[in-house]
Parts: sequence; C-alpha cells; structure tokens
Amino acid sequence: MDALIQLFDGFALAIAPMNLAFAAIGVLLGTAVGVLPGIGPALTVALLLPVTFKMDPGGSLIMFAGIYYGGMYGGSTTAILLNTPGEAASVVTALEGNKMARKGRGGPALATAAIGSFVAALIATAGLAFLAPILVKIAVKFGPWDYFGLMLIAFVTVSATFGSSPLRGLTSLAIGLWLGLIGIDQLTGQTRLAFGVPNLFDGIEVTTLAVGLFAIGEALFVASRHFYAPEKPIPISGSIWMTRKDWARSWKPWLRGAGIGFPIGALPAGGAEIPTFLSYTTERKLSKHPEEFGHGAIEGVAGPEAANNASAAGSLVPLLTLGLPTSATAAVMLAGFQQYNIQPGPLLFVQHADLVWALIASLFIANVMLLVLNLPLVGLWVQLLKIPLPWLYGGILVFATMGTIAANPSVVELLVLSAFGALGFIMRRYDYPIAPVVVGLILGPMADSQLRRALQMSLGDPMVLLQHPGSATMIVIATVALIAPFVFRGLARFRAEED
Amino acid sequence: MPLPASSGIHRPTLYIGLGLFALAAVTWFDARSMSIRATYGMGADAASYFVAAFIAALGVGHVFAAMKPGIDAGETDWGAVMWIALAMGGLVGSIWIGLGFILGSTLLFALTARAFGRRALPFDLAIGFGLSLMIFLLFNKLLKLSLPSGPLERLF
Repeated sequence: MDALIQLFDGFALAIAPMNLAFAAIGVLLGTAVGVLPGIGPALTVALLLPVTFKMDPGGSLIMFAGIYYGGMYGGSTTAILLNTPGEAASVVTALEGNKMARKGRGGPALATAAIGSFVAALIATAGLAFLAPILVKIAVKFGPWDYFGLMLIAFVTVSATFGSSPLRGLTSLAIGLWLGLIGIDQLTGQTRLAFGVPNLFDGIEVTTLAVGLFAIGEALFVASRHFYAPEKPIPISGSIWMTRKDWARSWKPWLRGAGIGFPIGALPAGGAEIPTFLSYTTERKLSKHPEEFGHGAIEGVAGPEAANNASAAGSLVPLLTLGLPTSATAAVMLAGFQQYNIQPGPLLFVQHADLVWALIASLFIANVMLLVLNLPLVGLWVQLLKIPLPWLYGGILVFATMGTIAANPSVVELLVLSAFGALGFIMRRYDYPIAPVVVGLILGPMADSQLRRALQMSLGDPMVLLQHPGSATMIVIATVALIAPFVFRGLARFRAEED
Repeated sequence: MPLPASSGIHRPTLYIGLGLFALAAVTWFDARSMSIRATYGMGADAASYFVAAFIAALGVGHVFAAMKPGIDAGETDWGAVMWIALAMGGLVGSIWIGLGFILGSTLLFALTARAFGRRALPFDLAIGFGLSLMIFLLFNKLLKLSLPSGPLERLF
C-alpha cells in the first residue's frame, strides 16, 4: 500500500511537462540510435549517456528510462527488417520476424513486436513496482557475505553457464575482473596495476569499456570481414496494422512471454537471451500452426519479443534493489546512476525514494510513449536503416569517441578506448562473449570489497562465508552453476561415444 | 585463416593462452610490490593474486584447447583494419597536438568511411566536418560539455 502511494508520488513528479519532454526525447533518441544496425541496447545507453551529463539527476534518470525502452524497441526493428540482431536477445526475433518481412508482412511483425513489448513491459514494470519494496526489506538484512555469494552467482551465470563455451566465457570474465583491479583500492588506498599513470588511478570507466568493446570493436570486425556488401532493409509493403487473426494469434504469446521473461530477468543471475529461446520453443509447441515456424509465424515474434522486454524490465529488480547488474545494459545503467552519485541498492529506496519511484513511473510513461510515437513513425526508422554503412560507422565512431572525450578529455583515455576496441575485435573474431567483461569490471571491485568487509567482521576467518545459511546456499548454487556445463558436456560426449 | 594442418595446433588459441600467462605474470609481480597491508583478513593484494591465478588457470585451459580444432576466423581484410586504426590515430593525434575536436573527428569520420570501402575522400571529409561541427555546437554550446578546443573551436 505504501508502495502504491509512493508510485503515485512518482507519477506526480514524472508527469511534470519538463519531465514528460525528457521522456519523449529519451524514447526518440533511444529508438533512433537503437535502430541503427550493430547497435544493441547496451551501446545505445552508453552512447547517449553524455547527453544527460549536465542535467539534474531527476530529469536524466527519466530520460534514461526512455532511452532504455527506446533502445530495446529499435533493436527489434533492425532484427525484423535487416536480419541483423544487435544483441543475443533479439536473435530469436530475427528468426521469424525477418521471414515475415520477406513475405511482405513486415508491418504486422513490427506491430506485434511493439504491442507485445508494450504489454510485457507494462506487466513487468508493475511486477518491478510490486516486488522491489519486498526485496528491499529482505536486502537490508543482507550481510557482506550474502552480497559476495550473490555476486558469485552473477559471475558464473553471466560467463559460463549459458554461453557456448565455458572456457571462453570465463576468460571474458577474467579480463573484466582484471580491468576492475586497475586503480586505487577503496579500502586501503593501495594502487593496483596503474603503473604510475595518473589517469588510471581512478580505475577504468565502464562506459569507456562498453563503447570500446561494442562500437569500435564492432566497426573493426565488420570492416575486416567485408560485411558492408549492400544490405537493404526490406520495404514494408501492405498494411502495417495487424488483422483480427493476427491479434487472436498474438495476445496469448504476449502474456506467456511476459510470464516467462519477468521472473527470469528478476533473478540475480545472467542470461538475458534464455527467456526468448524458452518463449520461442513454448510457442512452437503450443501453436496450432507449427508448420509456419521457420517461415514467418507471428507467434514466434510476439512471444520472444514480449519475453525479451519483460526480462529487461525484470533485470531492473536486482539492479535497483541490490545494486547488482546482470547484463551489459544493466552494467552501463549502473555506471549512469553512479555518475550522479546515486548508488543503487536497498539504501537507494530510503535515501532517494522520490527518484526511484519517479524512475519507475517514467518506465510506465516511456512505455506508453513508445507505442504512441513509434508505430506511426516506423517509416522514419526505416529511413535510418538506409544510411550507407561507411557513413553510418563513421558517425558511430565520431559519436562514440565524443562521449569519451566529453567525460574525460585526455589522450590517455582515448588510447585506453582504442585498446578496448582492439580487444573487442579479437574477442569477436574468436567468439568470446562481450557482456562478461563489462559485468566483471563493475562487479569485480564490489565483490572484492564485500569479501574483505566480511573477513574484517570475522577477524579474518574465511568460514564466515559458510556459517551464514544465506551465503552458504548461494556459494553452493554458484559452484554447481560453474561445474554443471563441464559435467553435462562430459556426459553428452560420453553418450555420443556409446552410440 | 589457413592453418598448417601438419602441426594440428590451433595457433590463435595458443597465442591467446600465452597472452593470458603474460597477463597473469604482470598481475602477480604488481601484487608482490604492494606495500600497504590490511590489519585483518585480506589486503588489496589478495584480489590481484586471485585474478592472476584465475587467468593463469585459463591460460592452461587455452593451451589444452589449442590441441583441438578451433574457430576459423575466415578471410580478413587487414587493410580495412589499418584504415580504422589510422582513423583512431588521426583523432588521438589531433587532440594530442591541440588541433581540437572538430578536425580530429573529421579525420576519424572520413578515414572510417575509407575503411568501409568509400573512395571519395574529399567529399567524406566535408560530411565529417559538417557532422563534427554540428555535434560540437550542440554539445559544447547547448549541453555545456567541454570538448577539446583547437583553433577552429575558438572561433565560436
């Protein structure tokens, strides 16, 4: 009940004309950038952070909400019309959506994605508003050992459990953890791995890392592979509206997708693409037209798109209540919060209650705006897809480096950015996942200080981690999640040899 | 990438493994040189030792993985990669010697377009200049971000 009153207060703040304008600008910018091929939501948020540098925290958080949802929506448009998913989570959307577009049903595909995202995000944001206060009550009782256990789970699930190769995933995580060491240690003032370079004393900026890995790494990779052969978006022919039959086939997948996506996203574990695959297989099993799957089944767009958005909104639950980012996008969002000295976590709901609830209210508003603005504007977004790749990537790099220069105008920072670009290129070439690096950088130092705080309280006794039931359970879960992929792999090989 | 079939070793994986060993060694030596100790529990060096050991273990994993066939990186246009490196170098150099944001970004834009197969350099330079000018005016004047100034920026 208390939460409901606070949510209303949040709406009262978010509905102020200036804040509504911020939300609208956020949605438009987020969609415009997110729609560009090769740019996923994480990079969209990282690229647009500088726009909010000099604004007050309230306005910029509200704009953030718009950018976040706009970026997600833009990604699905690219997946459907160009068949180039910007992130793992929209791979499934591309599967059926692009087939629909090829059949001249691009309009309904975009519409079911947009309305499904709307429905799912609405449900998930309501879930967030309902769940967050409850979780906060639990989280205030957490000791540093419990946080350490949670972070272990996040590390393992982001890098090893759900990836194609645990070795490559863990290597990505290790690189992120290594980057997290750089700089002055907060507890002792000891510098680590800075090699006397003053610019490195403050540590590596998450946005610099994300922009280097995602934007410059991607540009290098695409150029090196000659992927710039003319790729034209499929024109939308016929009606952009869904028929009565489309509606009938879409509404259940939307609800099921939201039901699958939100709980998985809200878990303090990685794997944003899992709900989309789960939703896809569920819809294929339940569909009355299973033969259409693989040839443009509308359920295959409606379900996964809803699941994707619901899980993205769900990942705000661990981010806001525990300060725990479980995806690259959430890690960049966290960096954005820290820019205003706002530290997500249980205390946030006490210290900045008005801001949190205004943010949650803005998520609702941004969601409505997305639907109202984007369906009519779809023609404009398609035009953006037609920008020739040389200019597109030229523009992306100019904008990407501008953000870094604006945050920290130094040559060293630009060199670090270039080095991350080279790293991103090598990782793409040999199929190392990118997200664990970003999550490792931001979570590594947090896990380090939580562990040391726990050991200080126990006077150096490491058993403290196993004596508390909460942390003991979480460490067991993390260990199982770490070993499971290796065991299952061994079992699969064993069976294959028996056959 | 054509690999020597006779050796049967996946070279890129092996090199990445060796790189991980080097990284672990650097981290280890850095941790050894730390002088500030904690009173109770772990000091700042513990995390470094842990990460160094973790990276070394992954290095061992890579050496083993290199024995098996790995990912074929495919055809690579190294010329395009060099153009982008040059583009980034153009920007870094411009900021370094104080030519300012607009000229640096103009170079970055035009050279990146060259990497993606464009041949009309003067035209791309003009577009890049227009784009950089627009970004500069928008962010420096409207949003009050401080972008590095050179002779051009001081005109506004």
